[in-house]
Amino acid sequence: MITTPATDIPVLAARHIVKKYPGVVALNSVDFDVRAGEVHGLIGENGAGKTTLMHILAGAQQPTEGEILLDGEPVQFANTSQTLQHRISIVYQELNLIPYLTVAENIFLGREKLKATRLIDSAAQNQRCKELLAPLDPSIDPRARLNTLRVGQQQIVEIAKSLNSHARVIFMDEPTSAISDSEVEVLFTLIDSLRRDGIAVVYVSHKLDELLRITDRITVLRDGRFVDTVQTSDTRQDAIVRLMVGRDLSEMYVQHATGIGQEKLRVESLSQRSPVGERLLVDEVSFSVAAGEVLGIFGLMGAGRTELMESIFGIHPKTTSGSIYVQGERCDMRSPAVAMSHGIGLVPEDRKEQGLVLGMSVENNISLSNIGLIEKFRFLNRALERRHAKTYVDQLSIKTPSVRQATKALSGGNQQKVVLGRVLSTKPRVLLLDEPTRGIDINAKREIYSLIDQLKQQGMAIVVVSSELPELLGISDRMMVMCEGRKTAEFRREDATEENLMQAAVPGFQVEATKRE
Amino acid sequence: MNNSARTALKFISRFQSVFVLVLMVVAMSLLSDRFLTTANGWNIMRQISVNVCLSIGMTMIIIAGGIDLSVGSILALAGAITAGLIKTPLAIPWLGIELEFTVGGGILAGLAVGMFLGWFNGQMITRVRIPPFVATLGMLSIARGLTMLWTKGFPITGLGSTFAIIGTSSFLGAPVPVWIAALLAVAFMVVTNKTRFGRYIYAVGGNEQAARLSGLNVDRIKLWIYTLAGGLSAVAGLIVTSRLDSAQPNAGTGYELDSIAAVVIGGTSLSGGRGSIWGTVVGCLIIGVLNSGLVLLNVSPFWQQVVKGVVILVAVAIDRLKSDGE
Repeated sequence: MITTPATDIPVLAARHIVKKYPGVVALNSVDFDVRAGEVHGLIGENGAGKTTLMHILAGAQQPTEGEILLDGEPVQFANTSQTLQHRISIVYQELNLIPYLTVAENIFLGREKLKATRLIDSAAQNQRCKELLAPLDPSIDPRARLNTLRVGQQQIVEIAKSLNSHARVIFMDEPTSAISDSEVEVLFTLIDSLRRDGIAVVYVSHKLDELLRITDRITVLRDGRFVDTVQTSDTRQDAIVRLMVGRDLSEMYVQHATGIGQEKLRVESLSQRSPVGERLLVDEVSFSVAAGEVLGIFGLMGAGRTELMESIFGIHPKTTSGSIYVQGERCDMRSPAVAMSHGIGLVPEDRKEQGLVLGMSVENNISLSNIGLIEKFRFLNRALERRHAKTYVDQLSIKTPSVRQATKALSGGNQQKVVLGRVLSTKPRVLLLDEPTRGIDINAKREIYSLIDQLKQQGMAIVVVSSELPELLGISDRMMVMCEGRKTAEFRREDATEENLMQAAVPGFQVEATKRE
Repeated sequence: MNNSARTALKFISRFQSVFVLVLMVVAMSLLSDRFLTTANGWNIMRQISVNVCLSIGMTMIIIAGGIDLSVGSILALAGAITAGLIKTPLAIPWLGIELEFTVGGGILAGLAVGMFLGWFNGQMITRVRIPPFVATLGMLSIARGLTMLWTKGFPITGLGSTFAIIGTSSFLGAPVPVWIAALLAVAFMVVTNKTRFGRYIYAVGGNEQAARLSGLNVDRIKLWIYTLAGGLSAVAGLIVTSRLDSAQPNAGTGYELDSIAAVVIGGTSLSGGRGSIWGTVVGCLIIGVLNSGLVLLNVSPFWQQVVKGVVILVAVAIDRLKSDGE
């Protein structure tokens, strides 16, 4: 555990913060503070109020009641540019960078270095940018266009941007949700050096192991209320989980042994070419999955797992080669509609961009994929639609005030269940789940695990792609690992360990693939 | 903002366009005693029927996340084709024949041309992946040029009494153009609200990628929308041509802007996924009432344009306030 002396007066503190929205109390008298040279973790289920609290402290939203203290003095932030003047900045989960500008142009956006002629001094910007990035990631070229960088590198650019504005409080919102494990290591080294420089870091995350590793203190929120702030060195994982949910989570993963049935999906030598260039995103991958079986697919970012799922679902028919068999019958997956007609269902990786029409209601989203179910004489029938939606709202215990609620107002876990409802309404025989629990709270995760187990017992063949090893080990009957587009290993459940899965997933670590049982 | 103000704002914004319409009718009635008369009412309705036809298609396109700048030009070409074919037989030199068209045949040919041009827009947008703004900007110019070529730059007049029925006669007390516009509006309200095609339009505009992953054939849906819009523009072209008993080569110039204005005033979001035919009809009425009232008040036509622009801005400003309140 890293311990650094932290000063006693908090740089930034919140006292009795209340935030009300029409009909909802998002924060109810919450206290929070962060000191210089401290990494303070903020954890809680989705809807617990983490993001709202962060937005209030960073000036993006105004509290209904309560006060904010900066160096012990009450302050009011009208907007984020004021907080920037107070050297407080947020590294957002959805990075706030401009893809077509260079790294340096992004870092200096709004605070450009100018020559005497009032023109931008690119040379000076690039030079300063190089100095900023040197300790972080010297391989990033200040002149590179941002969209040519990997997500992890973009995140580093975002942090460099905070540093360039001489931030002394940096909020990081789920910083590891989109980056690979090796990039997480880089990020953690970086956070350590920020701490040594006396910068206060507020680390908002779902990921307990990361919080326990990197933070000095952890504050837990639950249902908009402050639960506790604990010293990281004095606590343990299960204690935090108890604070978060208010009860023990002894049975996180539910798994019933099921008789494995006949083969439902077989994929042979599936490849997918990159639309630009000849690189193979998926390289000759073969696997099969049977009724009543959960196949877990592990890999790091860029391993080609999402691309594999998308190829099977007919999203890139022009660049996909190889053969796909559903129940022994060869299928030409020309489009998602065709894949669905063969009994394949996909819950995509990004529910907001790919899974939901956010402006549409819960019932409209659920009926979208199989709209024939709610038609009467070729006209949509409101009563049928409502009944249809309610079936899934009940079955999946989707928490929503009404089936007519727009899905953008739901929490991440409930949004994910709406996507699941839509996919299940097509009665798939094979269910492809791409990162089904990303960014959702522990309770919703557990519900999704038990749902996967139920569907498996009903004889569905399920493929789960995940970056979280404990999750995959907890729910899969069989596991396959991908690395740089290729299948590098396959394990039965009893042979799989975190170590051998990770070894097969790391590029350059060539293990003897334990293929074939 | 306190709660009652928020509720009031919410109520106003939900029926924003109706609210504005009623306000304007009341104001115009107070300002001019010639405004609130049956004759003027029918007059306004007849005048807006062309815009209603255009705007039904425009609404579907905008809900689906697109835009169509070519409606005015398609209107002109369809009208000119119909008029030309009714007037003079179509000579096909290399076959050595002349095709003579009845009034019905001419109308069908005009509709077919409109739908074909709309379909062509759709092909450019879905296959070649040209952004709708650019694809239909191209068509705006192409169709206008073709109209000039077909008419040689001169109006085609003297189309006979049968064809004049569309634009000038009445049925059960209401002018035929009003009937056409009203029936189309009702039909497409049903299509957009009660059929899967309508639902898909909203889904495509709300989130195209999610719509595709939900198994929708997004390209086919878009192709249909643009084709229908082309057909609806042709209907508008028939009304205009019949009413004037002449196909003007520059007919419909600038109509795309009136149409977009009506759609926006009617509460349809230019970013797609949200809106209604019903709102658009109200939007057309607002523009119609405005034009008529300002004419009766002897306001200069230059001022009319300014006022119309202000109404568009106010309508959209209310819409913004609404989405900020959410």
